[in-house]
This record gives sequence, C-alpha cells and structure tokens, in this order.
Amino acid sequence: MKRFTRLFMELDRTTRTNEKVAALRRYFAEAPAADAAWALAVLTGRRIRRAVPGARLREWVAERSGYPLWLVEECYDTVGDLAETLALLLPDPDTGAEPPSLHTIMDEWLAPLPGAEDSEKRRVVERAWGCMDESERLVFHKLLTGGFRVGVGRKLVTRALAQEVGMEPAILAHRLTGRWAPTPETYRRLISPDAEMRDAGRPYPFFLAHPLSDGPEALDGGPEAWMVEWKWDGIRAQLIHRDGEQLLWSRGEEVITPAFPEIGEAAGALPSGTVLDGELLAWESTGPLRFAELQRRLGRKRPGPKIRREVPARFLAYDLLEAEGEDLRRLPQEARRRLLEALFEELGVREPDDGPIPVGWAGGLPLGLSPLVEAAGWEALAELRASARELGVEGFMLKHRQAEYGVGRPRGSWWKWKVEPLTLDVVLLYAQKGHGRRASLYTDYTFGVWDGEELVPIGKAYSGLTDREIRRVDTWIRRNITERFGPVRAVEPELVFELAFDQVRPSTRHKSGLALRFPRMVRQRTDKPVDEADTLESARRLLAERP
Amino acid sequence: MVIRTDAGLYVPEADVYVDPLRPVHRAVVTHGHADHARRGSDHYLAASSGVGILRKRLGDEAPIEGIPFGERRTLGRAVLSLHPAGHILGSAQVRIEVGGEVWVVTGDYKRTPDASAETFEPLRCHTLISECTFGLPIYRWPEPDGVFGEIERWWVENAAEGRTTLLCGYSLGKAQRLLAGLLPFVQGGGAPGTILVHGAVDELLPAYRAEGIAFPPTERVSVETAREHRGTALVVAPPSAAGTAWVRKLGPVSVGFASGWMRIRGRRRRRSGDRGFVLSDHVDWDGLMATIDESGAERVGLTHGQTGTALRYLTEERGLDTFAIATREGDT
Ligand SMILES: [Zn+2]
Repeated sequence: MKRFTRLFMELDRTTRTNEKVAALRRYFAEAPAADAAWALAVLTGRRIRRAVPGARLREWVAERSGYPLWLVEECYDTVGDLAETLALLLPDPDTGAEPPSLHTIMDEWLAPLPGAEDSEKRRVVERAWGCMDESERLVFHKLLTGGFRVGVGRKLVTRALAQEVGMEPAILAHRLTGRWAPTPETYRRLISPDAEMRDAGRPYPFFLAHPLSDGPEALDGGPEAWMVEWKWDGIRAQLIHRDGEQLLWSRGEEVITPAFPEIGEAAGALPSGTVLDGELLAWESTGPLRFAELQRRLGRKRPGPKIRREVPARFLAYDLLEAEGEDLRRLPQEARRRLLEALFEELGVREPDDGPIPVGWAGGLPLGLSPLVEAAGWEALAELRASARELGVEGFMLKHRQAEYGVGRPRGSWWKWKVEPLTLDVVLLYAQKGHGRRASLYTDYTFGVWDGEELVPIGKAYSGLTDREIRRVDTWIRRNITERFGPVRAVEPELVFELAFDQVRPSTRHKSGLALRFPRMVRQRTDKPVDEADTLESARRLLAERP
Repeated sequence: MVIRTDAGLYVPEADVYVDPLRPVHRAVVTHGHADHARRGSDHYLAASSGVGILRKRLGDEAPIEGIPFGERRTLGRAVLSLHPAGHILGSAQVRIEVGGEVWVVTGDYKRTPDASAETFEPLRCHTLISECTFGLPIYRWPEPDGVFGEIERWWVENAAEGRTTLLCGYSLGKAQRLLAGLLPFVQGGGAPGTILVHGAVDELLPAYRAEGIAFPPTERVSVETAREHRGTALVVAPPSAAGTAWVRKLGPVSVGFASGWMRIRGRRRRRSGDRGFVLSDHVDWDGLMATIDESGAERVGLTHGQTGTALRYLTEERGLDTFAIATREGDT
C-alpha cells in the first residue's frame, strides 16, 4: 500500500508525461507481481465494486473525528472529493502498525465487503484508519468507494509497463484487452515476452480511422489504391468464435453477447478460431433502424422476445482478423477482404442486390458482409456520399488496399469520410443545471477533447438528448461530482458523447483555440472508452473542412 | 470596547483604530500586509521589530511609533500592549484592557515555527477577536521541518535534471520564511545551487536583516544571474510572477507554490504548478481551537475567511458566545 500510494502521489502531482512514465516504471520495477497486477488493473480503469456507500463513510468519519456531520459535509463542499475530505479530517493513525500490501487490501480486505454486514465493513475501515497515514487513507478511500481516478490514461500505463519489461506496447495492449484476473500468475503472463496469451475470449485492439478533412483527392495512389466501405451508424464490435466460446465485444471492450444472444448463437456458424471486425446494427426487413433503437437493446442483460422482435440485431462484417486460429492482421487489407468474402460464401450468406446500399434483409442468419462501395472515381463517390444520410449510413470508410490491421489510430491507411454534420466524440467535463422545466436537472454540459494527457474544454451543449437520457445522465452526474465552482460541477471524465456541429472556427476566447458552431449531442457513446475520445488535433483538422 | 465602524475596528476608550481601512487620526497596525497597513493616517503605533517593514509599505516619512512587545501604553482610559502574533516579522496581537476587562485582537497569526518571525504568544482575555482564514478542520498544517525537507529534495531533483527551481510565495513574509528556513540546508552544504530572489522579495530583506534575521546568501534575479545559474538555482518569487514572461529567462523550470491552500489537491492542480507545499502563515483549525481554549475567552469574534462554519461550530459544539466581523475578500 505504501508503494502504491507513493505512485499515486507522484502521478497526481506532476503534469509531465515523462515524469509519469518514470514513476510508473519505478513502481512496476519494484512491486511484487501480486501488487503490480492490482495496480495495473486499477490504473487501466478496472471498475471496482463500491464496498461502502459514501454517506455511511461520512458518518463514520464524523464519529471518529468528533466533528458533527454537518461540518463534515461543509468540508466536503469545499474539497469536492469525498475520499480526500475524509482523509484530511481523520485524526492521525494510532496503532503504529504498517498498512498491508495492495493485494492484501484488494483480495482480503475489500473483496468480501460488498455483501458484508455494516459492522464488518466498519471493522475493516477502522482497521485501515488505524494503520494508514493521510495519503494512504486517501488512496484507500478511493478504492473503497469505487471511484479510482488518477491523471494517467490506459495508453500511458501500457506504454510505461511495456518499456519497463521490454516488450512491444501493441502486444501488451492486446493482452490487456478484455477480461483478465489481477493475480500474480496472470500478471507474469501478461509481461512475459513469449507467453501465449491466447485466452479464448480476448478480442484484438480495435484499429481506428482518422477523419478525412479535405476530401479524398489528396490521398496517395488515387482511387485504385483504396477500398471503400459504408460507415454504418451502429456499434463497432468484434465477433469471436474460439474453442466453442462465442463472444461479442464492443469498442468499449465490454462483452455484450448477453444483450444480443442471437448474434452469439449465429457466431456458432463460423468455424472455430474466427474473429470478425464489424458493426452491430438494429435492422428490420426494410433496412437499418435508428441508433437509439439499438441502444434500447444495449441496456438489457436478458432481452425478452418482444424487444427482440421489435429491434432485431444484425452484425455486418468489415474485416477478418483471425481465421483457423491464426492472426491475420499483418496481411494486406485486400487479402483479408478476399478471405472474408470466401468465408461468407461458405456460410451461404448472400447480400440482396437492391441498390447502392443493400438495405433489405430477408431474415435468417443475422450475420452479413458489409459490401464494398463501387464508384467510378472520387467524384462519383462524393455524389453518393451526399445521399448517404437518407440511407442511414454515416459516410464512408476508405481503407488502403495494402493496409495492415494496426493498433490504435496511426495516420494514413484508414480514413473515415463522414456525411455532414461534423462530429467529434467528446468527454463530459462539467455540468450545470438547466432552466425552466429542467431547472432541477443537470442538462447543460461542457465537453472536452484530449490534448496530450489532458482534457481541454471544446464546447457546450444542452440539446439533443431525450428526457429519459437526460435523467439517466443527471443521476450519473450526481454520483460523480469531483469539484464544485459556483453552480458548475466538475465530474469524473468518464462519459463520452458524440457531438454534432456545423462548423469549427478559430477562437481566442477558448483555451482550446476553437469554437464549435451549433453544437448538439447526437448520442451517448456508451461503447467508447474515454481514452478513445477525439483529440484537439482531430478537432483542429476539421477547421479546414469548411472555410 | 472594540466596535466595528466603516473605518474598521475602533476602540473608543483609547480613541484608536486597529488596522483601519481608511485614514484616521490614530492607528494601531498589526503588520505590514497591504490589507492591514494603509497609508494616510496621522499617527501609527506598531511593534518595533515591524517598523522597518512598515516603512517600506507606508513610506519613509510615515509617522510610525514603534513600541517593544509587552510594553503597556496608556491611551485615554485604556491600557494597550502588543504581543507577538508569529505571522511575519513584527506582526502583533493587540491587547486592550479597560478597568479589568480584556480584549485581544489577534490580527493575522500562526502558531507553527518560523525562523523569520517571533513566536506566537498565547494571551488570556475575556473577548477574543481572531482571524479565521482557514476555518475548516480540513486545514491542519504539517510540521514545517518536513515541508522544508520536501522543498529541499525537490530542488535537488530539479538540479539533477537541469531545471531551475521556481518557488513562489508572497513577497512579504512567506518569501523570507522560505529563505530563513533554507538556511540550515545551505549551511550544511546540501544546496545544489545558488538562491536567486525576485526584486519584490529582495527589497524587503534589509528590513529583516536589520532585526537580526539570518538568510542564506542570495542574488537578485537578472538576465545575467538567471543565465549564470540556470538549471541549478532556486528562485524565490511572488506567485504573481509565475505564468508571466518573466519566467522565461529562467530556462526550463519546475514551479512550486508554498501556501496553506496547497492542502487541497484540487487547488494544487488548478494552480498548474508542478508542486504544492503546505506552508501557511495563518493559523490552522487546531491552532484556532487551541488559541480559543488558552485564552479562556467567553466571547469569540471571527474575521477573515469562512467564519460562518467555525462560528456555528463554536456556538453549537463549544457553547461559546460568538459573533462575526465582516471583512473584505482577498486577505493575505
Ligand atoms: Zn497578513
């Protein structure tokens, strides 16, 4: 616990990336595997179950410190962070004991707590207070209340650990995808240079495209060098069938098979050792349904027959990442496409031939092949693009025929060419209550994009969500306030929204140097981790899009 | 005995104002910070050891009379004396006695050690008027020795990485406390470079030296000294200097702030420096409670800061008779 607390404080007090990396490397170099496994899990955003509700903790701190509860609440208002407030209020530790290791705290102290009696919870908490200093208590409270955040992204942690153990960050990133248990054995396998980390269910890191700002004319090689696909308005996902297990993974690296059982079953039709990259869509016989319909299903753990009938799900494959258990990502794009087409030939899935976008679907196996777009040159493509929105797609994906399936978002080989309006995936930073009918709800939001390791505000929006969505976000905001400035609440940077707007203009009034015209929320991106929200650089590139 | 007027706290029995807000006939000034020492009054009374600093603020010609700590001075029907407040050099608490009834106005004060100021003296009284800048129990100060240890380690680390160390604190009081506190480290040979001081800090050093306060050797920051000591120096400057073009002449810097507000992580982060050091020249919550207890006062007035919370606590939990004295924001 001492070592992990030191790491937390070092990460917390610096804004310099190289110092953060150095602190992380030092930690991973020194920590025993059992602790390092937990540290890695926590720092890469593993959700920890809240063991003790904040209100209960406040009462206990009031009793222990001898201050009335109202005074504890006023302190909380000033500090804005519960874990920290409580750490600042408690009297100095009195037992002279040393705190146990991080893994003891996680595995032995905290793990049994969520279901335990209050008296047992309090016993554990008092025991911790008796042996921890102020900073250790702060970290402990954060683990206890399930709200662990420190200023490092998943990518940075991955990079630091990869450097420390001398492996490719991409390989480590892949191994960290999906589920893994924070045990010393797993940790050793994660960082072992030659271990076969082929856990049956693990997806590949998603390869992401950059937005194309100026149209495709400037792309290398001319139209012949590029494959064009429709960019569907659904959830990017990987469908896996390995060793009898069928899993559907969202971009947010969550298993969503239970919400879409028909897709999981359909994956059984694929040969074992197959991984498809594609888009999950809500689709009826006449074509794709709105994204909001798909979201109705996303929230349900076990969808009933009624909703399955109303909102049928369909998976359209873009890419073949693994066949017969072999990783194909290094093959050129067009070679993977040929193998993908052959696979669907074998499955006997035929796409109906009904226009530029095949919208019909006769039912049957809910797996399809996302068709390539045929157009005679860039100009014809631009014309098609203009009509794309009516057809329920977002635009095009342009993929270089020689492109590998990379990791993350390197520039150059995959581009998204979206239909207007312009959009960015942004992170909710601040919220404020609305006016009139919405005066009791947090409805006015400020969003940010990544600038290096930092989120900078890029714009505000207060329209675009349904009342139901607003209430849901409002509830979340109330539980995740980190700081208060007058009527404004800072929240944990965790929710990603797709923000649409008409234009980006340079601005000297905003810290980001940009101003968005007519911003509105399109939807919440529950499928997208916060690390993958857009960057200031990608926002700047949109400047050129419309003068 | 002490009443609040538009011109500030007034003692009718002695016809004197304490830290008046505008020019008056006779003023008692607790210390040299701008919100306590204002120009234009006809006559100032202050602690002798603080007169040099006050002259810097009020002008060489200002009619300031210094009296030693503890000396009893009869003014009208009142007996008035000044006692060390420990806030900065020469900062005073004002004790007023009329016919056996004693009031104390603490002014700004602290109870933690400071090599550049006298040690706070606890006083008994019937009515206490205390400052309350940090009036919440989250404000508890760590031992200054430990804080200086952190500052020194930070300086050594920065020097090892070729970064100039920029340590920010108010130019009057905090800056001298930092310098005096670093003296043992410098004398012990641990310092990795020279200490440079911003002009606003440098100007006040003679008034301290004249009172026998010892500092490590310092040079004033200039283009030349900054170039010569770039990468190893520790620069002491007011917080207002950080974030201005002035910093550029220091080369790559690591910026730290020394202040009681640094106790809160959110404040540290918003300050956008590299480091925050919890070092305050004001009393913390525990110190405030101790001062009230030791005074034996039945009535307590609070001024400066979040007084409402502390007053409610003293009334409800300690059963004291309390009152608030409104002051302005932005007090140092
Ligand atoms: Zn002061």
